[in-house]
Amino acid sequence: MKNKMNKTTKNNFITYGIVILLFAVVQTLSSTGNLSRLLTGLLVPLCVYTIAAVSLNLVVGFSGELSLGHAGFMCVGAYSSALFSHMTADALPSVPRFILAILVGAVVAGVFGVLIGIPVLRLRGDYLAIVTLAFGEIIKNLINILYVGVDENGIHVATTSAGFKLAAGGKKILKGALGISGTSALYKDIKENFFLIGVILVLITLFIVQNLVNSRSGRAIMSTRDNRIAAESIGINVTKYKLLAFTVSAALAGVAGVLYSHNLSMLKVSVFDYNMSILILVYVVLGGIGNLRGSMIAAIILYALPELLRGFANYRMLIYAVVLIVMMLFNWAPAARNWRSRMVEKFKGGKMNKEAA
Amino acid sequence: MSFISYLKDGISLGSIYAIIALGYTMVYGIAKMLNFAHGDVIMVGAFVILTAITKGGMSPVLAVLISIVFCTVLGIVIEKVAYRPLRKASSNLAVLITAIGVSYLLQNLALLIFGADAKSFVTVIDVPSLSLFGGALVIKGITIVTIVVSVIIMAALTFFVRKTKPGRAMQAVSEDRDAAQLMGVNVNATISLTFAIGSGLAAIAGLLLCSAYPTLTPYTGAMPGIKAFVAAVFGGIGSIPGAMVGGILLGVIEIFGKAYISSQVADAIVFAVLIIVLLVKPTGLFGKNIQEKV
Amino acid sequence: MAMLEVNHLSIQFGGLRAVDGFHLNIEKGELYGLIGPNGAGKTTVFNLLTGVYKPTEGIIRLDGQDITGKSTIEINKAGIARTFQNIRLFKDMPVLDNVKAGLHNHYQYSVLTGVLRLPKYFKVEKEMNEKAMEILKVFDLDKEANLLAGNLPYGKQRKLEIARALATEPKLLLLDEPAAGMNPNETLELMDTIRFVQEHFHMTTLLIEHDMKLVGGICEKLTVLNFGQVLTQGETSEVLNNPQVITAYLGE
Repeated sequence: MKNKMNKTTKNNFITYGIVILLFAVVQTLSSTGNLSRLLTGLLVPLCVYTIAAVSLNLVVGFSGELSLGHAGFMCVGAYSSALFSHMTADALPSVPRFILAILVGAVVAGVFGVLIGIPVLRLRGDYLAIVTLAFGEIIKNLINILYVGVDENGIHVATTSAGFKLAAGGKKILKGALGISGTSALYKDIKENFFLIGVILVLITLFIVQNLVNSRSGRAIMSTRDNRIAAESIGINVTKYKLLAFTVSAALAGVAGVLYSHNLSMLKVSVFDYNMSILILVYVVLGGIGNLRGSMIAAIILYALPELLRGFANYRMLIYAVVLIVMMLFNWAPAARNWRSRMVEKFKGGKMNKEAA
Repeated sequence: MSFISYLKDGISLGSIYAIIALGYTMVYGIAKMLNFAHGDVIMVGAFVILTAITKGGMSPVLAVLISIVFCTVLGIVIEKVAYRPLRKASSNLAVLITAIGVSYLLQNLALLIFGADAKSFVTVIDVPSLSLFGGALVIKGITIVTIVVSVIIMAALTFFVRKTKPGRAMQAVSEDRDAAQLMGVNVNATISLTFAIGSGLAAIAGLLLCSAYPTLTPYTGAMPGIKAFVAAVFGGIGSIPGAMVGGILLGVIEIFGKAYISSQVADAIVFAVLIIVLLVKPTGLFGKNIQEKV
Repeated sequence: MAMLEVNHLSIQFGGLRAVDGFHLNIEKGELYGLIGPNGAGKTTVFNLLTGVYKPTEGIIRLDGQDITGKSTIEINKAGIARTFQNIRLFKDMPVLDNVKAGLHNHYQYSVLTGVLRLPKYFKVEKEMNEKAMEILKVFDLDKEANLLAGNLPYGKQRKLEIARALATEPKLLLLDEPAAGMNPNETLELMDTIRFVQEHFHMTTLLIEHDMKLVGGICEKLTVLNFGQVLTQGETSEVLNNPQVITAYLGE
């Protein structure tokens, strides 16, 4: 029993260790000038997708619900925090402003998580999946027609370009389908450190999700996944714990969105479509459902893969698709699993025979 | 008169959704999987027609037949290679992700062969427009064909599933796969047949979609695919009349949303209606209510 | 006053009255059996008592408190815990965590305490581990504490389900065919365990069972259910010798 506690804790620290080690390696490469421009540009997005994948795993792996709307929560976090950053650009220095922006993104996405989770979690299985997808698309569509600006009279919100009028000297921030531009320029002084900030956010995300999962609430969340009816029979409020997982996951997706939007000079809503949600789900499933470290590693490898294959031009996404299908078949098909365990047996058996001889 | 004009556009678009949704709903009902690549088979079908006519110089009828055969075979191959090995996997997420992989694969193969720029689709269906009320309402030939074709498909499919032996095997597999197997139904063959029919229908849907909206890119199938899936869920996934009604309602809502509210939020309206329907009736309009036995 | 009082309990599914006018009184500390042929409505009675189904008519009182129509969660909190005919464990969780999930409402700390690993987290988790191990020892499952529940052999899975139910500190324990699928040795062992639980935890138990040896061996009183109605109830020996009961089981 004592052993088991230590094992989980040890496991958690190994995961933190991997993150810190990767960071150290990248920093060393970068300071010795061995990191290409392409790779340098990938670093912050890698953190974004790692946070997104780890947080989605909380819903898919631990509460056992399939969500296809994760990009929607990232979108909410990205836009709310970018608006905040623009509005407070003159009032606050960049470090506290960025910290507050992260909190704004997390809280707004978390609130959306509660509002969407309450109706959605009444549904089961594939119906839940399609409704989360629908919510993600609705969020994208609505932000697409949103115009927000500030002038001396305060904040103005409109839904058409024609109805969007500011007093002289006013600042248009969100311009419908054109999105928000110049967010990263607001943080010129700390832009260099975005990768460090990203890594810290990855560590915080892992800390929150790992500790949540290995706690009383985490057990309750997993019990609703394994057997909903049995969980109710021992007095566990299934809806409450599914909603908890959904909300924490949404808030952390919001944080990923904050990092995403502040790293860009042009933020357009069209990137947050269901394809992005699916991409994150692919990381979760390939990394292992319920395996947080796996999500992280799958996110890093699979995000970097198509980018690193750029040399292959048009073939890169084709290669990606083939790799994805083959990996799924190899990892999940019962026949492939049996074959693998037979190979392991054979290998072990062979080794033992050799030793005997 | 504009109301009726929008209504007929909605029914026309909805009929296309309905044909795609039929493929979705049959596959879901029988293989219990979301075939995310279904929409991309539509795109493949349309490209086959386009290539057969422009490069092969074939007649439209022959091109359409080749396209149907090609998609049917494609559907069977996809099922056999990518989905069947995962049918008994411990998580049903595995096959979903593989389907996404197949979707990427089809899109990127098309991208490689045909390029990313939009092709304009050739005229395949050449039926004269119908002019009503002294020209106040003009119904395009393609609209008439689309609606007629979808009604025929729906009737044929209902007859097939209810009255023929392979159709009843499909019903049996959809109710309880293991029991069907024990009763001597060839489950593998039945699932293959389902994919064959669904993919053949996708080829027809590709023809109708690209005839009504004549541009074609490797991503043409993706969004109609998702919408058709929404339509299938809307009508109650697994139900053939549900797919039909869901598809048409979705098309009408989308066109009305575009016409009367805003073209930018039409999709949001479609999805919002889906959410409302599912919250009121969690298994869709025609869906069966299944309660877990305790 | 009886610990459990059930009167006029009925439920209708469409045209079928699956349970019709069911009544039952169980005194504190009793080991009570519910028997009857297949399809008589025994499990439906359990589902009514635990709020899985809402009764069409009737009243259920636990220790005088009306629990009719309450949710499964509220009923568990009021003091009824159960096992299931088709075992329902948390298969992908360790054996220990299955029991700790049962302790959920009795050992509390907030979500934030858990995430931030505040001192209270370590204190309560330690208490939970000790309590859970104590319960597992009763069922001789302490050595398997770290195995995944789904990997336990069948007999032990049945025991773990009882252990998890007991962890919720119920007043009344409902066991749905606890000996189903067990061999005679395992059944004998299970009878000992049930008796031990009855004394050690001062439990009141209602069990559904087909194994007449088990029922006759440990139950003090029986109710026989047939076609959703109470055929007879009373002392075990009387009931088992009742000709009506024999007919119901063996047919005309």
